[in-house]
Parts: sequence; structure tokens; C-alpha cells
Amino acid sequence: MAEMLYREALNQALAEEMTRDANVFLIGEEVGLYDGAFKVSQGLLARFGSARVVDTPISELGFCGLGVGAAMVGLRPVVELMTWNFALLAIDQILNNAAKLRHMSGGQLRCPIVFRGPAGAGGRLSSQHSQEFDVVYSHFPGVKVVAPATPSDAKGLLKSAIRDDNPVVMFESERLYAIKGDVPEGELLVPIGKAEVKREGNDVSIITWSRMYYFCEQAAAELEKQGIRAEILDLRTLRPLDEEAIIATVQKTNRVVVVEEGWPLGGFGAQLVDTIQSKAFDYLDGPVQRVTGLDVNMSYAANLENAIQPDAPRIIEAVKKVMYREEA
Amino acid sequence: MGSTIAKEKLLTIYRKMVLIRRFEERAGQQYGLGKIAGFCHLYIGQEAVVVGAVEATRPDDFMLTGYRDHGHALAREADPGMVMAELFGRTGGYSKGKGGSMHMFDIEHYFYGGYGIVGGQIPLGAGMAFASRYRNEDRITLCFFGDAAANQGSFHETLNMASKWKLPVLFICENNRYGMGTAFERVSAEPDIYKRAVAYEMRGEVVDGMDVRAVYDMVKDCAAEVRSDKKPVLLEARTYRYRGHSMADPATYRTKGEVEQQRHNDPIPKLRDQILKEKSIPEEELNRIDAEVKKIVDQAIQFADQSPEPSLDELWVDTIVEPGEPDVRPRERVLGIKVDWPTFPSGQELKVTWELEPKATATKKTG
Repeated sequence: MAEMLYREALNQALAEEMTRDANVFLIGEEVGLYDGAFKVSQGLLARFGSARVVDTPISELGFCGLGVGAAMVGLRPVVELMTWNFALLAIDQILNNAAKLRHMSGGQLRCPIVFRGPAGAGGRLSSQHSQEFDVVYSHFPGVKVVAPATPSDAKGLLKSAIRDDNPVVMFESERLYAIKGDVPEGELLVPIGKAEVKREGNDVSIITWSRMYYFCEQAAAELEKQGIRAEILDLRTLRPLDEEAIIATVQKTNRVVVVEEGWPLGGFGAQLVDTIQSKAFDYLDGPVQRVTGLDVNMSYAANLENAIQPDAPRIIEAVKKVMYREEA
Repeated sequence: MGSTIAKEKLLTIYRKMVLIRRFEERAGQQYGLGKIAGFCHLYIGQEAVVVGAVEATRPDDFMLTGYRDHGHALAREADPGMVMAELFGRTGGYSKGKGGSMHMFDIEHYFYGGYGIVGGQIPLGAGMAFASRYRNEDRITLCFFGDAAANQGSFHETLNMASKWKLPVLFICENNRYGMGTAFERVSAEPDIYKRAVAYEMRGEVVDGMDVRAVYDMVKDCAAEVRSDKKPVLLEARTYRYRGHSMADPATYRTKGEVEQQRHNDPIPKLRDQILKEKSIPEEELNRIDAEVKKIVDQAIQFADQSPEPSLDELWVDTIVEPGEPDVRPRERVLGIKVDWPTFPSGQELKVTWELEPKATATKKTG
């Protein structure tokens, strides 16, 4: 095991895969000379040269589409989006081209490409720069969607994504890049489509992914002091969804809280609630509780920004509600 | 024009143009019979552009276009019966009936598809050319699009990157003067599309897209430059579609006079007259081609009619590639013919030597 930052784990994944496979290249804004807007690509330009670490103009549609074209004829691009908010300008290339090539061509083409970058609140960035897109991309067949919480999963999932023959959307987070964690030495491939129980417990299941995992851990530690043992299931992949793992934890604890950073209406958590009620209804001892971001645009003011996002106290409250232990 | 296209080549060009014309006429007819549905954009009138361009370049040059794509597949020698079967939504189509009129793909012939969003394919073309430079191949990419696509952001973003990075792509704008029902000059500050190349430090050319020999000569010249100098060129071909935007469009936004005038400029009779006037080929030979083509198109319709609808099991394949799953080779699947398929070096074989940016620019300033 080596302890490293989330961004260092991503950097290692990129360097390893680029060394292993000359068809892999990185393209995006500031990935080269600047060493990455969040330093994920630090040192890669010097190591792999300007054809494999490509600094682009600020043309998200253009370079996302260019990546798709390269993937259609044998290369394996990793497209870095400075943030997923900017991909709104490129969503046609990701969802109308990359996600549909296999289908439109009747199986003649494949599109092995990774689109990755931070999503969600970065910290005092107001409404245009703080959005989650979990449900947007997961909605579409033809892409896989991963959202790792830990450095180890970030490395292992990015490596798997690069080797996958399909378009993979990867959500990172500005607030995760500086998180430290243990990463196993040697080849690390985390399978896409597999959730992981990050904390074992029998009383209640908290299902989450990406940055919200850390608030769930805080909540679980506090709950343990109060005698409630929460299980945390980190989905890691949103599409394809690991329904087996979800059902297993519901069967074990019979009570579920779903925690997500995004908005409540039509949120990814709403899908999880549906999956649970349709496939594990008989195992539930009560209605599933959701903790989500508030249904408002993100504000700049520190107190407003904090109030909008889920945190440990709100998760604890939801757990108590699902366990019928609400204090009056 | 002083074009010196060899006799055999001229015959091939004539045959392909007539094939596309007859195919499209019959496709329109089949649409009327309800055998083809959805959006169906016919290429009638524009044949000289794709045929001239395809004949002036290599069969393994990458190629892609928008949704007016039947002619492009046929020009690249796709099987006419399988193109028609795709229009019919049958299993014998190139995409098993999953794509339809707007999404023809014939990868065996390096035709990377028809795309349904105006201008959405333009950055893909640059990406394919990027891959060619990355692997140090000498192939170029022919990226076709219509006039209306030149007003999309994708056009401008892509031309900028392609020129800056010296990507070997020939952008061919088929200017048929209307973006659906809107005349290009009504919505364009600069209606001369080729002039837009100047903004991106590119060579821009314009050619009479109703004269296949002019297109052939111009594409030969542009393609040679793209291939040898590794840089993009923008070519505007001025053409005209005789039919509406799609089968659903009666084209009432154009005057009868305009269409009539353009009819006199029809590229197929024009080529035929030229050939006969120059006495390079006897009329019987052209008549024989006409008759052969008619038969091919009859057979294409017959093939499509007889091809079954796709099985419902097909719903669950071709969305995600499963590990170890091979790519589908349409003519092998449908006709049982063994075909060559594009292959590219593995990441272990490949050595990337291209420097996209000169070292001096792409290294850190120190001190």
C-alpha cells in the first residue's frame, strides 16, 4: 500500500496506461504545459510529448468530438473536461455521437473513449460551476458512468475505463483531488459495474457514491457512538448499476438511506429508490429516505453553499427517521 | 476545363453518378409506397460532388458525412441492395435496419457514416485525421457537410484545431444553397463559405459542384496538398438538390424558375454530352451502363423487399461492446462474403513520433 492523493492516483493511472498502450492519449484544456487545471496530468507532457498530451483551445464541443473521431479509428483518447459544467457545450458529441456509434453502425464501430473531470460543488463557485450530472449521463444507454470516492478506486476505475471498449464518463470532484488514501501497489483494475461495501453494519444501509461517501462515513462514525451500526455501500459505478449489491445490502439491514449531492427531482437516488422498491420491497421495514442537495441553484455565500449540500447531520437525521428513532 | 480524365475513370464516374441518381429516384418512389419511412434526404442533383471527390482520392481515405448519405455510401461501392435494405429497416441493411436513411456506415470501405445532427460529424473528421497523423499514416480524411453546417460552432472549432495542428483533412462543403427551407444567404453574413478558410489560415477553394470533371480536378489538387503537406483545406462545392430537403418537404420556398434553370445544369446529362461530344466513348456504351444500373437498382429493391425485419433480439445488442465481442462486418454477415477490414496497430506496436507542437512552445519557460 502507498498513501497518495486522489489526483496522484489518477496521474498514476494515466501514466501507467499511456506507458502500456501507445494508442492512449490525453486531450483537454490545460492538460499539458499548465500541468492540468487541478494537476491531475502533472508531468505527463514532459514524459509523453505534445501529440499524447494535447493542450486544446477552449472548444469543448470541438475537442470532445475530435476525441470521438480518433476513437472510431483505433486510438483510445482520454478527454479531460476542466469541469463537467463545460461539457454542456459538448454534450451532443458525448451523447449523440460517442454513445450511439455502436448502435447506428449496427455493430461496425466501437468508441473506446474516456471523458473525465470534476463535477459537483468545488467551493464558492456559484451556480454555473457547481453542478452534478450523475443522472444526465447515466440516463443514456451506450455510455458507462463511474464516480469513484477514494484514491484507490479512482486509479483502478480510470485504468479500467481506459481499457474499456465503450465510452466511459468519469465524475471526479475538485474537493476530492486532495483527499488522501491507501492505494495498493502494482496493477490495480477496479471492475466497472461493481459497488463496494465500504463499511459493514447491520442496522441500516447508506447508499452513496463519489464525494458524499465521506459525509456518510462521518455520519456512520457518529451513529456508532449511539449504538447504530450503518453499512455504507459505495456504488462507484452508476451505469451499469450493481443491482445485486444494492439488493444484498437491503436484505441485510432492511432500512435504506440514499445520499447524493445532486438535486432531488429525478435525481439518481430516485432511480435507486425505484430499484429497491421494485426488487426488494419485501425486505424493507420502512420507506427509503433520501438525502439530496436542496432544490435550488448553488449560491456563492459560504453559509448558503453549505446549507445546500448534504452533510453528516442531515444523513444522521435521515438514518434516525428510517429507523423510527426520531427525537421529538 | 481541360480535364484529362482517362476513359476508364470517366466511365466509372458516369456509372456511379447514374447509379446514385436511379437509386435515389427509386428510393423516393419506395418512400411514396410506404416502404421507407422517417427522414429520407435524397441526393438527386448533387451526385457530381461525392463521385468526383471519391474518384479523385484513395479508397482507404477515411470519409464521413451528414444525413444526406446514401450517395456517399454508393460512391464508396457499398452494396446497393444492402443500402436499400437499410432504408427499408430490414436485417439485410448495413446497420441491420437500426440506423435507417441518416445513418449509413460501410466501414469495410472506410465510410465512417452518416450523422443526423447538422455539423456534428465535423469534429469527428478532424479526430480521424488526428489519428492518421498520430500513427504517421499517409491517408487523409474526406469530411463532407452541407452549407448550413458552416454556421454551426462545430465547423469553426474544428477548422481552428485542424489548421493549428496540421491535420490531414479535406473539408468538403456541399453548398446546395438551402439549410432545410432557409436560403443560406438569408442567414449568413458571409455566404461565400470558402472565404471562411482565411480566418483559420487555411487554403479555401470553390468549385462548380454541378461539373464532375471540375470537382475531380479540384479535389485531386486539394487532396494532394492535404496528403503531402499534412494540413487541412476547405473546399466549397456549389451544387443544387432538385428535391426538397427531405421527403417531407415540398420545397415551396423555391421558385419553379429557379429549379427549372438548375435542371439545365444537371450534372449527369452534362457529363454525358461532354463524353459524346468528345467522342471518347460511344453512346452504346453509355446506354449499356444505363441499362445495367437500372437492373442493379431493381435488384436492390428486390433484395430489400425480401430481407426480413430484424429479430427482436437485436434490441439488446450493439449498444455496449461486451468484452471480446468482435465488430460486425456487414457483407460477411449478410452476404457471406469474406471481406478485408480496416486494421490499426496495437498500442504495443505503435511508436508515436509526431510532435504536435514544436518543443520550444510546449516546454516550460524557466527563470
